[in-house]
Amino acid sequence: MALSIDLTAVTTPIAAPSVNYGAIAAPLVVLGAACLGVLFEAFVPRRSRWGMQVGLTLLTLLGAALALVLYLRHAPAAGVTTLSGTLAIDRPALFLWGTLLALALGAVLLIADRTVDRGGYFVANAAIRPGALSERADRLLGGMQTEVFPLTLFALGGMMAFCAANDLLTMFVSLEVLSLPLYLMCGLARRRRLLSQEAAVKYFLLGAFASAFFLYGLALLYGYASSVKLSDIAHAAAGTNRSDTLLFGGMALLVVGLLFKASVAPFHTWTPDVYVGSPTPVTAFMGACTKVAAFGAILRVLTVAFQATSWEWRGVLWAVAIVSMFLGAVLGITQSDVKRMIAYSSIAHAGFILVGAIALTGRGLSGTLFYLVAYGFTTIATFGVITLVRDSDGEASHLSQWAGLAKRSPLLAGVFTFLLLALAGIPLTSGFVSKFVVFSAAMNDGEGPLVVLALIASTIAASYYLRVVVLMYFSEPAADGPTVSVPGPFTTAAITLGVLVTLVLGVWPSVVLDWAGGGSFAL
Amino acid sequence: MTVLHTAVATTPATTSSTGFPVLLALLLLPLVGAVVVSTFRNEPRAAKLVALAFSVIELGLAVVALFVYRTGGARLQFSASADWVPSFGVHISFGMDGIALVMVAMIAFLVPVVLGASWAEKLPEGRSVAGFFALVLTLEALMVGVFAATDVFLFYVLFELMLIPMYFLIGNYGGVNRRYAAVKFFLYSFLGGLLMLASAIGTWSYVQSVTGNGTFDWATLTSVVSHAPLSTQLWLFMGFFFAFAIKAPLVPFHTWLPDATAEAPVGVGVLLVGVLDKVGIYGFLRYNLELYPAASRTLAPLLLVLSVAGVLYGAIVAAGQSDMKRFIAYVSLAHFGFMGIGVFAFTQQGTVGSVSYMVNHSLATGMLLLVVGMIAVRGGGSVRAEDYGGLMKVTPILAGMFFLAGLSTLSLPGTNSFVSEFLVLLGSYQTQPVYTILGTIGMILAALYVLWLYQRVAHGPIRGNALVGLAGGPGAAADPSVGARKVVRDLSGGERWVLAPLVVLILLLGFYPKPLLDVVNPSVTATVQQVSVQEGN
Repeated sequence: MALSIDLTAVTTPIAAPSVNYGAIAAPLVVLGAACLGVLFEAFVPRRSRWGMQVGLTLLTLLGAALALVLYLRHAPAAGVTTLSGTLAIDRPALFLWGTLLALALGAVLLIADRTVDRGGYFVANAAIRPGALSERADRLLGGMQTEVFPLTLFALGGMMAFCAANDLLTMFVSLEVLSLPLYLMCGLARRRRLLSQEAAVKYFLLGAFASAFFLYGLALLYGYASSVKLSDIAHAAAGTNRSDTLLFGGMALLVVGLLFKASVAPFHTWTPDVYVGSPTPVTAFMGACTKVAAFGAILRVLTVAFQATSWEWRGVLWAVAIVSMFLGAVLGITQSDVKRMIAYSSIAHAGFILVGAIALTGRGLSGTLFYLVAYGFTTIATFGVITLVRDSDGEASHLSQWAGLAKRSPLLAGVFTFLLLALAGIPLTSGFVSKFVVFSAAMNDGEGPLVVLALIASTIAASYYLRVVVLMYFSEPAADGPTVSVPGPFTTAAITLGVLVTLVLGVWPSVVLDWAGGGSFAL
Repeated sequence: MTVLHTAVATTPATTSSTGFPVLLALLLLPLVGAVVVSTFRNEPRAAKLVALAFSVIELGLAVVALFVYRTGGARLQFSASADWVPSFGVHISFGMDGIALVMVAMIAFLVPVVLGASWAEKLPEGRSVAGFFALVLTLEALMVGVFAATDVFLFYVLFELMLIPMYFLIGNYGGVNRRYAAVKFFLYSFLGGLLMLASAIGTWSYVQSVTGNGTFDWATLTSVVSHAPLSTQLWLFMGFFFAFAIKAPLVPFHTWLPDATAEAPVGVGVLLVGVLDKVGIYGFLRYNLELYPAASRTLAPLLLVLSVAGVLYGAIVAAGQSDMKRFIAYVSLAHFGFMGIGVFAFTQQGTVGSVSYMVNHSLATGMLLLVVGMIAVRGGGSVRAEDYGGLMKVTPILAGMFFLAGLSTLSLPGTNSFVSEFLVLLGSYQTQPVYTILGTIGMILAALYVLWLYQRVAHGPIRGNALVGLAGGPGAAADPSVGARKVVRDLSGGERWVLAPLVVLILLLGFYPKPLLDVVNPSVTATVQQVSVQEGN
């Protein structure tokens, strides 16, 4: 049987797919620069690597943004598909790309900082055994592994492809492209090597599981629809007598893989450990960008492939959203570490975003997109502030060390309070507007009870944000408390960017809301 | 935030933009004041004077507003509107009816008094005076905004923002348990606010489905939602109800109030009980009754039961308090319940009574709290009733002020509160005799306890740890019959200036309440009509 190859298939020339280079210029720039970055690692002398990598990365982000803006000026409103329909470059995809580039800029600024932790947050040689003599030597030398920059770009390119992927196979490949660099980056912390390596291993193992789930779901859906294209699955699901078991089994497994990346409970177990163990700038990158990419993909999959069957699966996602909101809100209260607390906060926020994502209406889409932008910038700035509070052993992330911080550093405490209020959803911050647009979309779509539960979860979550405010303002500082580092230009820029966007989107959300509501998914 | 356009064009009969600059100034002046005051970080005296100057100018503006207001004019005056988030129909729009106007005037009157009372406040170690005064001015701006907002979304935004300065005022400058009280206050109000947000979104969504245009404009919402089917109205009613029941507060949503009042500095406590809580009653009138009249009528028995429960519970629990601030908080709880009876009886007199009670309660209870604060300053910070006795003999003027505030609190004829209480009784008895009688019993109890407290603190022999120290204590004047008496001075000049305006208003409104009632009357008529007109639905 193996010998009976159909010769015509071999001899017929394969038609090369037409490529709309203008449409995919932005991810091409990013991925191309990532390859260039790898070459830099190989050929550029060690002392000038850092400067060249930072320059290249920042230029890449600007160049990609430029390519995006140039394309946007004459992009068709309905969107285009290219590379034989594997990528759909429509308004939501373009919006998400812009968001990812802007958030990555903030994250890269944090990653590139070498003033707060002398020599940077990254170990010079990731293979050093924790506690070995060479580790101490490394700490004294203060070098840094500059591979983190091309890794960031690879992850970013994967994310951009992920939220534009129009078929499941492309989605899977980009999922791996975005995940593998992240697994590595988690393990690169200069301090607390053991925790960092543990985070990397945990993230990798659980991530591999999630990928397997995704792949299995893909296989079942292929069996159902004989195609991996999202639109073909939608066609197949509309009015056929094929087995629903394949469809819903496949969808469930697929969505588990996606929800894992978005750290929605009950698929969140990796989140707290990985957030704590990773170098904080990498946590910021993950917390902001991965969430954007994952929810971009979730929105696309649910809207394009499964909208027709939404009555069957929506109840399950309701339950997932409720679990995520309450688990994040309640477990966050018991945390004593700032990064862990923010990790649980991100789980609660994932639940809120999911509330908007399952509305599957125009308002739901634009609300969710707005939420992702707002949340991303707040997260970048939050982690930026967390890097600044330090003692001799690195970041002082235990909450008790933050007591009375307002007296030592009123500015830092003020900024952090503002960010916490944004996370809690107090008016005049982007956090409030994003909750408002998401919940109003859900309410319009008849999800009233879910919205009320979401609001109760918001109040519970607010209690732990307030606890930090209480600590910073109303408590006396400890005698041997941490110091607040004076941030260098990079970190200052990142925090300022995040805080400004949080404020502007809170006071004047109209422009971004209009962009987010500019169009729907292309088929 | 485009060009300002007045709301006159759309609904000429109900709004008028005359005098909007006055309202704009009322809104912005305290904010400017807060910014200016916060620059005097290292000069506490200058900070206080500047803050007081700003608050007095604000009071002047409020008086101007009272004269600009035309009693027979449009429902909402001083109004103007600008787009904020057009895609959701959110506006920045302000305007005041008579009810809002008297509350704004009340705020403008209380803030200088509160600043004066906080002049010599002993702040906890390391807290800045400028910060305290700047926060009070910020709070003032937000409170004016809450009463003047005519867009439901804007109302919500200001309602939540108002929590932040209050949170810091209690948490930063309060008593021993301030952290607990501040967080409890914040979370309770935040939860209520969020449920209100859910209702507001639901209302918006309903209006969008009916008219095709989503908007948060209060007048438009009122005209559409008030005709919604009862089942819809009931759900939407509940969100606003929880927010205002927590704010007002009604039993069983009240537990934050005694903690917050007891821990807050006295001046802040006056603003809390005198103004912030009134937002609850005001909200019932402006939002619950007008937006959801059918639901209001259906749920009136529930609301009346909660109100009466508040009166009885507040009065009874007050008897068990030894902390005078907590005592006042519980007596206020009874008063809020009584205002609730007036509001939910849906009669003209009852509602006018409740609205004027909102003002008069601020004066009476505000003065009572301030007097307790002044007593506490003399007694080494103690607010426990057992620590005092025979104050009349030591500080006659202070005790006299205590007595006057007490009389006003228990609504003696000739004091301001009498008129309001009488109107509430008169109005509510027509439609709800049983609840009114039960409520009155509670009010009598509350009055009794106020008198009893006064008696314990001010009469009898001089006694109590705060007034009588150990023999040979610092500054002791030996008196063999009672032990060593501490030196306690009567009211200082500054303190007299703080209390004098309150005394004047209490007596003035007691004998001549007509101006207050005239301003309030037309707006109340509109509200009562809105609730009762569609009886046929």
